[in-house]
Amino acid sequence: MSTTTATHDDHAHEPTGLIRWLTTTNHKDIGTLYLVFSLAMFFVGGAMAMVIRAELFQPGLQWVDPGFFNQMTTMHALVMIFGGVMPAFVGLANWMVPLMIGAPDMALPRLNNWSFWILPFAFALLLTPLVLGLFGIGGGAPAGGWTMYPPLVLQTGNAFPFLIFAVHLMGISSVLGAINIIVTIMNMRAPGMTLLKMPLFVWTWLITAYLLILVMPVLAGAVTMLLTDKYFGTSFFLAAGGGDPVMFQHIFWFFGHPEVYIMILPAFGIVSQIIPTFARKPLFGYDSMVYATASIAFLSFIVWAHHMFTVGMPLAGQLFFMLATMLIAVPTGVKVFNWVATMWKGAMTFETPMLFAIAFVFLFTIGGFSGLMLAIVPADLQYHDSYFVVAHFHYVLVPGAVFGIMAGVYYWLPKWTGHMYNEKLGKLHFWLSAIFVNVTFFPQHFVGLAGMPRRIPDYATQFADFNAISSIGSFVFGLAQLIFLYVIWSCARGGKKAEAQVWEGAEGLEWTVPSPAPHHTFDVPPVVR
Amino acid sequence: MSICMLRRASATIAALGLWLGSSSAALADWEVNMPVGVTAISQEVYGLHMLIFGICCVIAVIVFGAMIISLIRHRRSLGVTPATFSHSTKAEIIWTIIPILILVGMAVPAADTLVRMEDTRNSDITVKVTAYQWKWHYDYIDHGVDFFSNLATSSNLARQLDSGIDPYSVENYLLDVDNPLVVPVGAKVRLLLTASDVIHSWWVPDLGGKRDAIPGFVNEFWFKADEVGVYRGQCAELCGRDHGFMPVVVNVVSEEDYDTWLVDQGGSVQIQTAALTPTAAPVQVAPASAPVAAAPAAEWTMALAMSQGESQYNTSCAACHQANGQGLPPTFPAIAGSAMATGDIVAHIDIAIHGRPGTAMAAFGPQLSDEQLAAIVTYQRNAFGNDTGDLVKPADIAAAR
Repeated sequence: MSTTTATHDDHAHEPTGLIRWLTTTNHKDIGTLYLVFSLAMFFVGGAMAMVIRAELFQPGLQWVDPGFFNQMTTMHALVMIFGGVMPAFVGLANWMVPLMIGAPDMALPRLNNWSFWILPFAFALLLTPLVLGLFGIGGGAPAGGWTMYPPLVLQTGNAFPFLIFAVHLMGISSVLGAINIIVTIMNMRAPGMTLLKMPLFVWTWLITAYLLILVMPVLAGAVTMLLTDKYFGTSFFLAAGGGDPVMFQHIFWFFGHPEVYIMILPAFGIVSQIIPTFARKPLFGYDSMVYATASIAFLSFIVWAHHMFTVGMPLAGQLFFMLATMLIAVPTGVKVFNWVATMWKGAMTFETPMLFAIAFVFLFTIGGFSGLMLAIVPADLQYHDSYFVVAHFHYVLVPGAVFGIMAGVYYWLPKWTGHMYNEKLGKLHFWLSAIFVNVTFFPQHFVGLAGMPRRIPDYATQFADFNAISSIGSFVFGLAQLIFLYVIWSCARGGKKAEAQVWEGAEGLEWTVPSPAPHHTFDVPPVVR
Repeated sequence: MSICMLRRASATIAALGLWLGSSSAALADWEVNMPVGVTAISQEVYGLHMLIFGICCVIAVIVFGAMIISLIRHRRSLGVTPATFSHSTKAEIIWTIIPILILVGMAVPAADTLVRMEDTRNSDITVKVTAYQWKWHYDYIDHGVDFFSNLATSSNLARQLDSGIDPYSVENYLLDVDNPLVVPVGAKVRLLLTASDVIHSWWVPDLGGKRDAIPGFVNEFWFKADEVGVYRGQCAELCGRDHGFMPVVVNVVSEEDYDTWLVDQGGSVQIQTAALTPTAAPVQVAPASAPVAAAPAAEWTMALAMSQGESQYNTSCAACHQANGQGLPPTFPAIAGSAMATGDIVAHIDIAIHGRPGTAMAAFGPQLSDEQLAAIVTYQRNAFGNDTGDLVKPADIAAAR
């Protein structure tokens, strides 16, 4: 029986060129599409960040007016979150989950195609008002912040429906992708691959996928209510009509806090794959890693109001959300300790993926510390909506989520392309990124504590020096990403042949298939002992 | 490595900031830390902030230290053979329990401060703050003074795109207004915050925090500045195009200067509408604000207390607790037969004076005189079949205040 399935024809009848990519149902092709799309969005969002930092380089308004500045902060966040980080993780899951669990493909290949191809349309919709605005048509992009708080967001002009429908499309794409990942992991594991034998990247994605299914519909509901408030005379969030603007914040952050973990749990998984490989030592505390991930996911549903301590909640509510939030430090701490214990007494080498993983542990932990500080309500009433918060979430998202993605890309790039990437350039990219991400974001702690609010285009002169440093850091960080682009491009084009076992210390099914991974893998399921 | 050094550098800088304290004028350009501020609360918040920062630094030294040692010693280039261990139940229990204990240690003082921050009772002055896009409106509702506070003209000219004006040439660039909020030093100022259009947030770091101003809501925030001075802050919640250009300036002055200022503004030093938001401190200036009970000179007897108490009860308490003392449970508990009105007399007096935060039970201490409160508590303890026989004296109330 196995011979009949194994001698599949070579798919010579498959279309080529653009049609191939439009119609593909292959998890590797779709993974590549997601990753390329995400890389493109990373540069689009990065360009917006450069505009923001250029304006903030000096006090006074030099480059853009305040309205456009607000468009930039709003779009930077939406593009980076929904276009950069989330699709990158979905792309990595598409490529690696079937390879890691010994499945021939994703469980629902056509759905997979659809969930990707929704995305370019979602972002075309989202970016249209901005592009038209640049040509002087219309009022420009949404400028009410990515959190879309009413009543402010209801002041958005014609960009408003573009924003709402783009968010809907992104949500549909995410939910479909998440369903696919859950079905694949639950049904298509190779014989012998029990749940507690799954690689951690698969585990973290399984939990992330459940988070996505639970919260994206909540966001969809919230933005739909915004839509009807604006165009159909409802007053869900309008006090004048008996509605409640704070209710939106509750609903939004019920989505928004799990969303934060959607953007970091897969990175935890990637780092948990990479550190054992380069320490040549098994992951410390596998079971506790799984339980910690599940605990973080659970807690993420009961901490949302820590984003809104200043709205005037009852004392009991503030205390509850403070304590629940502080509790997250426990499972997160377990993870960090486990990574350190994995390195301990290993035999480490420091290839680019390992460098990014180590920087992830250091810098994500710093973001964790500032997160803990933010949980303390009395102090949060000072930190809230200041640059301290901006520094905090960029520490967990850039050297956290984004470094996790980069680590994963360097780690698996040889498996995808069949070539080794340029290690020298990879290390250069790492060091420039690691140094200048700190130059960019560390001073933001200082200006935030000293009293600089976030989302302002201009500031008092006492904040000038640190802002100048931060801007310079961001420019170098931004330029350094061009090296990343070049490394990926050149690795796809050629280079030293990669073996099946790319990294000497790596374990897992993905290293049993040749590099580059053939178009179809595991037609016959491997047996896991 | 670079990260660790940065971390250390930051700790050093933070410590330096702490040492230099609040004399920040000369150092304003490189301010790295939260201001200590000029209220007892802001100083507590600063203490909490430094405590938690310190704890984080200690944890960082331990965790990053272990990692750095590992990165130096456990590398293959040194020819080491990797160990094979993959778990240790003991270690995992230890590093779960210890963080929990540390967190409890952080939460206790934080909760303690928070309870005090939330206590807006017994304020001396109430100012209604209404946020607009992009200015503040201050209304001294007891004194008949109200005005708008806008970004100062000099800043407004300089902040226009390509204005050609150097921001450094403008004094207090973006942190100056035409009409600041003026309050007396040492007075507990309660702000009632709301907004007319979108959500804003009133923030002055030196006064210990911020609170959102939300259309359709009235939020409370209070501060009691201990030092005369000018304190500056900004709107902290994105409120549209000119969010960056609606500063908050609070001018804390001496009591005499405050009174003069009130008169200059066409207001009255005396409270005009005591019934709306009674305040305690100006009582010395205008004792008439607290209605004087009838025949204060008469001897305080049970009969007098009960008759006064009944009328005061019907005025102040009966709307919720009902004239027959049965209340409207569960929201408004009964007085008749209640544990509060038949049990510990001290607790009963306390709730009458201070109210119960988070419920509809108001603090009547600032609203009523000692005699009135003594009469009410006596009435509650002897009417509706409670029959405790307790006679509460005005002096008991005064002692419990």
